[in-house]
Amino acid sequence: MTVTEPTSRALDEIKIGGMGASRKRVEDNRFIRGRGHYVDDVVLPGMLHMEILRSPLAHARIKSIDASAAWDIPGVRLVLTGEMMATRNLAWMPTLSYDTQAVLATDKVRFQGQEVACVIADDPYIAKDACEAIVVDYEPLPVIVNPTQALAPDAPIIRDDKQNQPDNVCFNWEVGDRDRTDQAFADADVVSKIQLHYPRSHPSPLETCGSVADFDRATGKLTVYMTTQAPHIVRAAVALIAELPEHLIRIVSPDLGGGFGNKVPVYPGYVMSILASILTERPVKWIEDRTGNLISTGFGRDVYLEGEMALRKDGRILGIRMHTDSDHGAFFGDAQPSKFKIGLLHSAFACYDIPTAHLTARGVYTNKAPGGVAYRCSFRVTEAMFFQERMVQAAADDLGMDQAEFRRINFVRDDDFPHRTPFGFLTDSGQYEKCLQVGLDAIDYPGFLKEKEEAAKNGRLLGIGISCMTEPLGAGNSREYDILGIKMFDSAELRVHMTGKAILRTGAKTQGQGHETTWAQIVAHELGLPADDIVVEEGDTDTAPFGMGTYASRSTPVAGAAIAMAARKVKAKARKLAAHLLEVSEEDVEWELGRFYVRSAPDRGVTIQECAMAAYSNMPDGLEPGLEANAYYDPPNLTWPFGCYIATVEIDPVTGVWDVLRFVAVDDCGVRINPMIVEGQIMGGLTEAYAMASMQFITFDEEGNCIGSNFMDYLLPTAWETPGWELHEVVTPCPHHPIGAKGVGECATVGGPAAFVNAVMDALKGHGVRNVDMPLLPDRVYEAITERHDVSGAPPIRTDR
Amino acid sequence: MTSLFEEIPQAAAEGVPVRRVTISVNGQPRTADVEPRLLLAHLLRQGFKLTGTHTGCDTTNCGACTVLVDDLPVKSCTMLAVQADGHEVTTVEGLAGPSSLHPLQEGFKDEHGLQCGFCTPGMMLAAKALLAENPDPTEDEVRFGLSGNLCRCTGYQNIVKAVLAAAATMRGEA
Ligand code: FES
Ligand code: FES
Repeated sequence: MTVTEPTSRALDEIKIGGMGASRKRVEDNRFIRGRGHYVDDVVLPGMLHMEILRSPLAHARIKSIDASAAWDIPGVRLVLTGEMMATRNLAWMPTLSYDTQAVLATDKVRFQGQEVACVIADDPYIAKDACEAIVVDYEPLPVIVNPTQALAPDAPIIRDDKQNQPDNVCFNWEVGDRDRTDQAFADADVVSKIQLHYPRSHPSPLETCGSVADFDRATGKLTVYMTTQAPHIVRAAVALIAELPEHLIRIVSPDLGGGFGNKVPVYPGYVMSILASILTERPVKWIEDRTGNLISTGFGRDVYLEGEMALRKDGRILGIRMHTDSDHGAFFGDAQPSKFKIGLLHSAFACYDIPTAHLTARGVYTNKAPGGVAYRCSFRVTEAMFFQERMVQAAADDLGMDQAEFRRINFVRDDDFPHRTPFGFLTDSGQYEKCLQVGLDAIDYPGFLKEKEEAAKNGRLLGIGISCMTEPLGAGNSREYDILGIKMFDSAELRVHMTGKAILRTGAKTQGQGHETTWAQIVAHELGLPADDIVVEEGDTDTAPFGMGTYASRSTPVAGAAIAMAARKVKAKARKLAAHLLEVSEEDVEWELGRFYVRSAPDRGVTIQECAMAAYSNMPDGLEPGLEANAYYDPPNLTWPFGCYIATVEIDPVTGVWDVLRFVAVDDCGVRINPMIVEGQIMGGLTEAYAMASMQFITFDEEGNCIGSNFMDYLLPTAWETPGWELHEVVTPCPHHPIGAKGVGECATVGGPAAFVNAVMDALKGHGVRNVDMPLLPDRVYEAITERHDVSGAPPIRTDR
Repeated sequence: MTSLFEEIPQAAAEGVPVRRVTISVNGQPRTADVEPRLLLAHLLRQGFKLTGTHTGCDTTNCGACTVLVDDLPVKSCTMLAVQADGHEVTTVEGLAGPSSLHPLQEGFKDEHGLQCGFCTPGMMLAAKALLAENPDPTEDEVRFGLSGNLCRCTGYQNIVKAVLAAAATMRGEA
């Protein structure tokens, strides 16, 4: 932290929009006027429009494609099929997980919605007409929609395109200490078990994916405006796939209408628009429709989790065993750090003091859309924490212990940091018990338990659910974290102009998180420049420094740290300029916010703006002119925010409908740069948590038809269903982050779902039910109440015939 | 006259029927030759270059495309441009006055009622229609009134606050 001695001339940090200021967002000025600039707003001269023809079948051999009728439609400029892509060696592309994915299908289609052909025409209506004129002859094949089917001995091989792929297993992976864990179970007084399915869910940002590719034959330069959370990764990927020179590729990610992990992978549509622009020598725009987005782009979850907990009678946890089968769809299209096949699932139980654990993970191919992206989550952490908190509640119930007390006695204590988790992560700080207590006080835990007991006498079903977790954010240090071999550092570049105004660029990419506002606040904090004097730019690879983009709540932990470091470099140079201006030696110069002064004569000082002017007009001999710096930040470790979420619910036993009575969230995300934005992130995250717990899921029937291919079937909560959120905070600064921040964008989505489910299961206690899979649709809850058994949500769903 | 996709002269291919429409958009009469199947949202965006109206779905669910037609909220992805012929359309670009923002715009900014901003134009126009009908709504009435508009970012709480704040301003209370 910067040392600021309180003197009379230091600027008021809140007034200049520094750290801790709930500064109003600068990006809003254009958004509220309808002047945002999203990819569909990009219009280039001579631009053509592309539409994609998708497979209606989940698994089928392509016998023939006849596109002649499409070519005949006036206004059609180009029709691309897999065969044509193959002649350019572009029918397949690598995924971010060292697998391959079809750009356009050649041999067979492997999921419903797979890209089969595309049409480029003068307008999108014509392109759509032409797609409908393409005739594809399919030979249907048997369809696989879940891991059990995929692993059956006679299962058809989905990835027969790959050599050395004798089955549908996409990976096996394990972590932890098997022997020690076996011993823990041998020593246990009680063993508690749980089994569940975390359903497939789609991030569905309100803006779908799209791109405008513009290849200029004269200069050889390719410019692509596209919906990407990680423009530099895309530039690298395009350089590899299209074999274009990297310096002639410019990826621009304009304003994004949300991302939530959906806009991390490289999709076939982007690649086709690029090729189409190269072939037509015209700009080509592709804007995905909502169905295309829901049925073909990166989903989250779809993981089957089972595990057990070894317990001592007094409530201490001795060990954990976990196994997961994850459904990756037809291609391994995850975007996980390459060492971790199942992401950071093994961050489970990090907030509890547990001696040993062991996890096995198996990924399978199915005839479903590829994905497994980190949907508002730091690499499968959502599944980890959901399993953890469902397991914890089941164990507390098995022991007959109070669920809050059981957590309390197993938490890592405040003085126990740094702490090694049972799977080997190192956590560094937290006040877990305090957070829990703040939450329990806010919800009036004893009061609610009494109310619940009273209500039960009248046949009313009330429940309370707790979910506590610390999650690993800010991937990550280069020893362990990379995507396709590129280390997961991030970057910032700060240029202070002569009048003390500045431009800041980073390798991150905002999608609604408000970087243009908060990044300037970090600079204001470090340099005392008013935040309003700093413009922030991101997303253009020609101007932004190389960075890994924004997902997994990594922006503040990594890019945010880079910003602080760049600002500190600028400050170090400004100090030299100040010494020169004040005619003293550098050692005699002190800093207070916005101003250097002479230690022995505090009245003699120069502002940071005066230093900036001097950098261009009056620099000392031997000092390079200008005032700018860049920083590439490789974090020493992950950051570990903590969240405690508590829900109270009431179930209507006659219908199975449940209502949220209250919801309390206590977040400790370290130092908050802009509390208003932090709270906005938490409320948005909680709403997605509620969505997953209550209604939002993508499922499939036995023929592989996607149920959830539009917003009539894929239910997202509106303002009407969404509960009110009560937010509380605890602040434990991150010890290794330059400004003490930990990241927050996803905590509520990660920790929230278990609070709802635990609350509903608490209300059902005594009904002989251990688990109902999300989403807790009324019919599932009703089935649990009336038939007194667990309800699974695994596909295929029953269809009405 | 504005033609659709005017950057491509041959957009209206031979044999495609075209109808002339005149629509008052944010108080300005605009005329275009359109295909009968053209959606109002697309005419506004591509034809009239008013890109503040967004489209987020294919099924009339998300409300990102909400505009006012004769002061009533309409999902412009579900109305044909020819149906708007002779009517008055208000888009987000028509909300602010010459020198000041509309109270809803102020409210959304002040209460952090937006994040990515994609839903915001539709939300504000739906809210405008709501407040025209009910100048002093309760929180529940706002929630219900906006239930035709999805937001994936904010969790709605601040949107509700923004609308209530705007309502107070418009009643002259703030
Ligand atoms: S675009 Fe979704 S309702 Fe119009
Ligand atoms: S602000 Fe992003 S969808 Fe509402």
